Amino acid sequence: MQHIKAMGIMLYPNQAINKLKRVCFLVALTLPLWSYSQQENHKKHAQTEVDSVKTNILKEVVLIASKKKLFYQQEPKPLASVDEFLDSAQKVNMIKRGAYAWEPAVNNMVSERLSVTIDGMRIFAACTDKMDPITSYVDVSNLSKITVASGQEGSEHGVCVGGAIDLELDKTGFKEDYFKVNIESGFESNNKQKIIGADLNFADTNFYVDADVIYRNADNYFAGGGEEVLYSQFEKYNLSFNGGVLLKNESKLTTSFIFDEARNVGYPALPMDVSLARAFIGSVSYEQLHLGQLTHWESKLYANSITHIMDDSKRPDVPIRMDMPGWSDTYGFYSQAQLNKQKHNVLFKVDGYYNRALAEMTMYPNDPNQSAMFMLTWPDVHTLNSGIYVQDQITFAQSDLKVSTRLSFQNNRVADEFGLNSLKIFYPDMEASQNRFLTSMAAQYHKKINAFDVAAGLSYATRAPSVSEGYGFYLYNSSDNHDYIGNPNLKNEQALELNGSVALNKKTFNISLDANAFKMPNYIIGEVDTNLSPMTIGAEGVKVYQNLDYAVITNVALSSAYKISKTLNLNGVISYHRGIDNDQRNLPFISPLAYGATLKYHKKTFNGELAMRGAGKQIHYNPDFGEDQSDAYTIFSLALGKTFYVSKNQLYLKTGVENIFDTYYSTYSDWNNIPRMGRNIYVSLSYKIN
Amino acid sequence: MKTIKYLFAITILFTSFVSCSSDDSDDLKEENPVEGLNLVETIETDHHDIELYSANKSFMIGYNDISIRIKDQATNTYISNAEISWTPVMHMTSMMHSCPTSEVSLTENTTVSNGFIVFQMPGNDTEYWNLKLNYSIDDESFEASKNIEVIADEDDMRSVSSFMGSDNSRYVLAMVTPVNPEVKVNDFTAVLYKMEDMMTFSVVEDFTVTVDPRMPGMGNHSSPNNEDLTYNAASNMYDGKLSLTMTGYWKMNLKLLNEDGDVLKGEDVTEENIESSLYFDFEF
Repeated sequence: MQHIKAMGIMLYPNQAINKLKRVCFLVALTLPLWSYSQQENHKKHAQTEVDSVKTNILKEVVLIASKKKLFYQQEPKPLASVDEFLDSAQKVNMIKRGAYAWEPAVNNMVSERLSVTIDGMRIFAACTDKMDPITSYVDVSNLSKITVASGQEGSEHGVCVGGAIDLELDKTGFKEDYFKVNIESGFESNNKQKIIGADLNFADTNFYVDADVIYRNADNYFAGGGEEVLYSQFEKYNLSFNGGVLLKNESKLTTSFIFDEARNVGYPALPMDVSLARAFIGSVSYEQLHLGQLTHWESKLYANSITHIMDDSKRPDVPIRMDMPGWSDTYGFYSQAQLNKQKHNVLFKVDGYYNRALAEMTMYPNDPNQSAMFMLTWPDVHTLNSGIYVQDQITFAQSDLKVSTRLSFQNNRVADEFGLNSLKIFYPDMEASQNRFLTSMAAQYHKKINAFDVAAGLSYATRAPSVSEGYGFYLYNSSDNHDYIGNPNLKNEQALELNGSVALNKKTFNISLDANAFKMPNYIIGEVDTNLSPMTIGAEGVKVYQNLDYAVITNVALSSAYKISKTLNLNGVISYHRGIDNDQRNLPFISPLAYGATLKYHKKTFNGELAMRGAGKQIHYNPDFGEDQSDAYTIFSLALGKTFYVSKNQLYLKTGVENIFDTYYSTYSDWNNIPRMGRNIYVSLSYKIN
Repeated sequence: MKTIKYLFAITILFTSFVSCSSDDSDDLKEENPVEGLNLVETIETDHHDIELYSANKSFMIGYNDISIRIKDQATNTYISNAEISWTPVMHMTSMMHSCPTSEVSLTENTTVSNGFIVFQMPGNDTEYWNLKLNYSIDDESFEASKNIEVIADEDDMRSVSSFMGSDNSRYVLAMVTPVNPEVKVNDFTAVLYKMEDMMTFSVVEDFTVTVDPRMPGMGNHSSPNNEDLTYNAASNMYDGKLSLTMTGYWKMNLKLLNEDGDVLKGEDVTEENIESSLYFDFEF
């Protein structure tokens, strides 16, 4: 790093400095907007924990919080994977390539269009084939909640167009003489998944230490009707550590570290499995309550390193054997503070990260006399992104307005000569380095009119192409059976979003209608280039990432909650989604009509839940993107939980049945139509020692 | 505001952390005009040692770039400004023939002469190549000759093709570059000669050789942005471009077209016809 720093300053192109000057100027222009006279207001910015629908239509919080028993018991399946928790969120859909490492989609947009962070830290997957979304590198044992933000509500942690997912680590915090041990274990019948975990929390008024470990091991799962889904096994363990020290002057120093390793992970929808997916994620942060007029000043330095190794050694029939390792290292920081004056609650943030993404492919010809074939599929792309984010939440008597903006500068550089020369085969005039300037701004207004909450918002955002979109080299997509070539000449994708919602809130009943529409000029997608010859044996052709004129994605959801009695609650949601491009072609991976309902019972130490979810027949699909029509389905699940007290300690037992009727089904988001899990009975037991 | 300025300064600083690769500094090299070349053969006469240098350790079938130095045995110094011509002859059991060669010309360093020979075939136990040199030093003429060893590529890769065209003429096509192919758009150079008789080969001008590189090990994967070989009057060679998308075994399927575009040799690669009868191949 020393070497990098020293050389970097000299090397930096003048253009970049000019662009930064422009950022300064823009900031200077907009700053007076937020200068107001003093008044303390400790209201934390838009984060409501219990019912997200009422107060902020753009945010949804999925609670995991294993250390907070209050929420813990409400979860239908405490030891579910992070993926299952996300799947239960209304705003999230999960794209599945197997039983492990699902890829989250928000507003029907996936990884490249989202900002996915862990405690605000940017982490980038190391797999060229999206087999390791960031959400696969944490586990429920170390999370307190997941915040899902729609559209530009998510731009606080980084550039995004579709939304954001922030996984928040669970920290005990400073508590007097606190010591707790929690042991958890679970079993799932369908894939014989065994889960065992423990966590230890130790705290006093001036320090805290949390440590936890969780281990999961699953065999192949069985689809409805009993068909075994081969290569769907997985094994993973996760260790994490949090610690904090209270310093004088209302300040604290905290640190967190996560080690996550998955081995022998099968991907039934793909031609390859994963022998190793490993992450080291660490951070140190400093927080101070007051800084001049500012409050809640927090600065964090972080680093993470991911290694991902694909493996086809367990597959009996492959056209050719290959190794496909990938690496992604990220170093970053952010520093943020709030300013509360009269009606204003302003958040300032500066952040930056530096990521290196490298992936290679070595193929071993069937003719043993021929030498191995090697290519760089991600040509050691170094991405430097730094930006500023400012938001102001202005509270009026019966309404509030939130405005926010993010301005970022991004530099991408192909650091490997071999990789650059490879790409120059397609783009002879390509430069190794390129700069992009990204902007986003959003305004969201909310007003309370009697029992109604009305909200509307408008936003604009741009994003740079991802490493695969800009620099990928023959990345095989098994869904549409094409090799993909990146395109460094892509323009930034833009998104203009309009959203609105109306909610009626009564004592025992509320109903809410939310809608958003994204018009996305320069939407990035792979288009067939018939002049190119595929690399992957058996692939139909080659697609090159291109900018469409525009695409439009629309989401509408109607949700309601009815409090039947003190102990009984009924929730329901139905949502409609549509995605088309400027030629009226259907975009891939857009949800059909989806619905769900949950009946919850809760009394003292007992709770139960009966849930139904399903989707209509997929009407809008696109065979050009490897899609075929998904059938309608409805599945049911049941969960029961009971807390026992053993002296002062708590024993919590939860059991349930998923897919009660063992329905065979596959949804629009199941890669290559792999069927989902059939009937599954699970039991989990957690024992808290105080 | 101060804090913001401070934070912004951090941003700018962070933005500046871009790494770079360091440039190699060239050391001053000693003056050796045959630096990096191998002394393949020495022909000794009564007065001179004639040294033949090549990038390879021996003469290979295909294109051989050869540098020649003549050492005066009396003074043990290299002679400047020698005028050299050469005639390689293949002695087969029933016949003799020559092969395409360039002129031998002086290089910048006047003790070194340079040219190339395209051997179409290797020697063996009963058939051998003989290289005859005629040279003059200060208007005094000399002659030297020696049987030389020409070997085939140990991996049996093809970099020269001697064939009968559909016009009933015999041609020799040999690859000059890439010598060390890489994953990139490589410069592709070849020489094309017509066999006028057993001893005479003439440079063919203004033909075209189409290029279609394929990887038979990858389902005959091809690459984009190749350029056909076209005649370069300055070098008397054919220049084109060869895109190689990965390392491994590549077969360059070729087709020879005359000035009128008539195919003299080679076929298109299709699903049914996986290779051309005219090709080069290599592995890297």
